[in-house]
Amino acid sequence: MGWIGDTVDSIKSIQIRQLLTQVVSLGMIVTSALIIWKGLMCVTGSESPVVVVLSGSMEPGFKRGDILFLHMSKDPIRAGEIVVFNIDGREIPIVHRVIKVHERQDTGEVDVLTKGDNNYGDDRLLYAQGQQYLQRHHIMGRAVGFLPYVGWVTIIMTEKPIIKYILIGALGLLVITSKD
Amino acid sequence: MNINWFQKQPKGSDEVSLTMNISADLQSLFTWNTKQVFIFVAAEYETRKNSLNQVSLWDAIIPAKERAKFWIRSSNKYRFVDHGKNLRGKEFNLTLHWHVMPKTGKMFADKIVMSGYSLPEEYI
Repeated sequence: MGWIGDTVDSIKSIQIRQLLTQVVSLGMIVTSALIIWKGLMCVTGSESPVVVVLSGSMEPGFKRGDILFLHMSKDPIRAGEIVVFNIDGREIPIVHRVIKVHERQDTGEVDVLTKGDNNYGDDRLLYAQGQQYLQRHHIMGRAVGFLPYVGWVTIIMTEKPIIKYILIGALGLLVITSKD
Repeated sequence: MNINWFQKQPKGSDEVSLTMNISADLQSLFTWNTKQVFIFVAAEYETRKNSLNQVSLWDAIIPAKERAKFWIRSSNKYRFVDHGKNLRGKEFNLTLHWHVMPKTGKMFADKIVMSGYSLPEEYI
């Protein structure tokens, strides 16, 4: 009971200037994170330089909750590469391996077919109606590196948003009550 | 590493079925940080319309060093279907690719190319 009283007192005793300092500090942290993210986007050439693996279709290589680092270069797409792509009409990007490549003589454009390592059949069932192949503009990046388990934080926060609110609430409380 | 083919039956819009003997020793790829090695065999060939066609025929996952030295005989797991009717008498390369997937960190891949394979002039 005592510390609730103390906490309420400390909230009441905050001066405006202290509060503003805290808000600015928080703002700096958020801005730095944003700069790092945008910087990563620049360096890797990909819209989304880091993705979380959401399904088990690439097991045992990638499991749900793993994080993949992406890179997109102008090099042509070749069989065996693990690519992350978007299908029109689906919001979640898919991470699968390229199993077929047909590259045109004249334009250099490619038609690509993908398949999850752990899936029995190829991805034609996942593509849009009438779509037989992926083209380069569907592909967001190639997976070049990976970290296990770290992505679970994102999955939990997306699937159980209450945890996100609790975390933000706790963070906010911490910022307010710390007497820096 | 060697791959041979035995029989083939193209039908419809140019499809080939073939059998391969594959023997390989990939033990040197395994380190403390290797989770698995994904290998696949692809046929690579050129057609008038396409400068490069790569068709994966067979793949496997090697989960541990003990299984990295093997001999297997198998027909193609995935259908070798052309984007057209260009396969008669076609010369192609067979490539064996290996992808090393780490427990953490950067993935890397490499391949060897065996050239000089060709398909019969007429359908069988």
